[in-house]
Amino acid sequence: MTSPNAELTAWIAEVRKQFPALDVQVNGKALVYLDSAASAQTPMPVIEAMDDYYRSKRSNIHRGVHFLSQEASEAYEAVRPQAASFLGASDPDEIVFVRGTTEGLNLLAYGLGERALQPGDEVVVSEMEHHANFVPWQRACHLTGATLRVIGMDDRGVLDLERAAEVIGPRTKVVALSHVSNALGTVNPVAEVARLAHEHGAVVVVDAAQSVPHMPVDVTELGCDALVFSGHKLFGPTGIGVLWARRELLEAMPPYQVGGGMIQEVTAEKTTWADLPMKFEAGTPAIAEVIGLGAAMKFVLDLGWENIQAAEHAVFAYAKEQLDALPFVKAIGSAPSQIGVYSFEIEGVPAYDLGTMLDQRGVAVRTGHHCAQPTMRRFGVDATTRASFAFYNTFEEVDALVAGLKRVHRLFG
Amino acid sequence: MDLKEIEENFEFLEDSEERFEYLIELGKGLDDFPDDQRTDDNRVYGCQSKVWLISEQAGDRMTFQADSDAFIVRGLLRILLALYNDRTPQQVGEADAEGLFERLGLEAQLTQGRRNGLHSMIKRIRQIAAEA
Repeated sequence: MTSPNAELTAWIAEVRKQFPALDVQVNGKALVYLDSAASAQTPMPVIEAMDDYYRSKRSNIHRGVHFLSQEASEAYEAVRPQAASFLGASDPDEIVFVRGTTEGLNLLAYGLGERALQPGDEVVVSEMEHHANFVPWQRACHLTGATLRVIGMDDRGVLDLERAAEVIGPRTKVVALSHVSNALGTVNPVAEVARLAHEHGAVVVVDAAQSVPHMPVDVTELGCDALVFSGHKLFGPTGIGVLWARRELLEAMPPYQVGGGMIQEVTAEKTTWADLPMKFEAGTPAIAEVIGLGAAMKFVLDLGWENIQAAEHAVFAYAKEQLDALPFVKAIGSAPSQIGVYSFEIEGVPAYDLGTMLDQRGVAVRTGHHCAQPTMRRFGVDATTRASFAFYNTFEEVDALVAGLKRVHRLFG
Repeated sequence: MDLKEIEENFEFLEDSEERFEYLIELGKGLDDFPDDQRTDDNRVYGCQSKVWLISEQAGDRMTFQADSDAFIVRGLLRILLALYNDRTPQQVGEADAEGLFERLGLEAQLTQGRRNGLHSMIKRIRQIAAEA
């Protein structure tokens, strides 16, 4: 390794100590975790924050006058301004805690789609959406008689901006786009698409599940109207995510779920909704998970984006170079903006076999359609093998993947 | 290759990586499956990979043919077919597939049934035999 890499290697080694699950042994071999795009590992501060809630703050929030409830409420509510600031938003009331990206997008597809669209209206998505940002809009269109339109991409997995300019028009009500494709790693030009959408008065929804672990995400810079991400891909707990939307949008939307905690007054005749953000948080929320998510965001910011990106970009560039150099590996997606994800196939080797054989060597990758069947169809494949990277992945782990691929290729050769 | 031979070969394998490599070898030798039988009706669902299964009965003997798009699964199918083919429906119903996979050191394949559908395949074969 050359000297700049020595510094990065040392930084990565230090960071890894915070992630206990990275030390797991698989079949007697060191785990090589290349599945962070599915779920990232969790550092000690997150585990400790959740543990602390259960040990010393365990209680329901908001409606308690007693000590523990106040402690828990404070810890929970402290994460709201933190999440707003993490996304470059100024108003903490614009933050709604949801179960994850899927729930956040379903909430938006309900409020902006199912309950708002009319025949003749159009919703625009891209061909590289995760099903979570595709199926809810498709269903909303089916239920309302609106039309779903899909922006394609080129052979590298780059969004067709010219087509976007044609598709987005006066009938467009919503444009829903992933910031980063989960199956291809393409970073999409969200700000440009948002400008196109706003020219026609459409609302822009961003699925940021795959971008927040890799880069600072600022809703003002993106120019979007709503954005959703999941905690568990950002080194936080499962079962928690963040929905941000402009206040006017949230105020105009009907509640997604109704019940406790989200009402102002209930009588036999009618119910009035609580103010933002409570209107969208019916029932007891995932308290420990919100607190854990707060610790995860703090962990990332304490590490510093500059450090995170330096390490991750170096290892990812190395991975791309090594994998591209294998003659039997065919990359699926090679956008210049690609980040965090390397999707590929090996001719004659089914993805299931490839993933299973890599697992025998401790290398964890994901195989299948990655909940992105329109993307798979675009590339003419049923499934790919996806290696995904986070800032804790090492150069050696790339080598282990490459060695595993060579071995599997020989088996099938 | 009969079941005895397969069992003997497994005895020489030292770790799970070698067992999987051997499953792939077995999978490469699985008998050809008729193209026109790769239909939705013949699909065995419950696996990450695609599996097809058909059966025939000649006299009191049953014959199964199977296919998958994954070689590891084809290897598992080859073992299943060696266990079940050319048996009476009653023998098929009584054959101890679970015990066999445990003896072969493939018990993890049984517990990971959601991934490879081994349980679904065994269940389907037993169902066919019960209705025969």
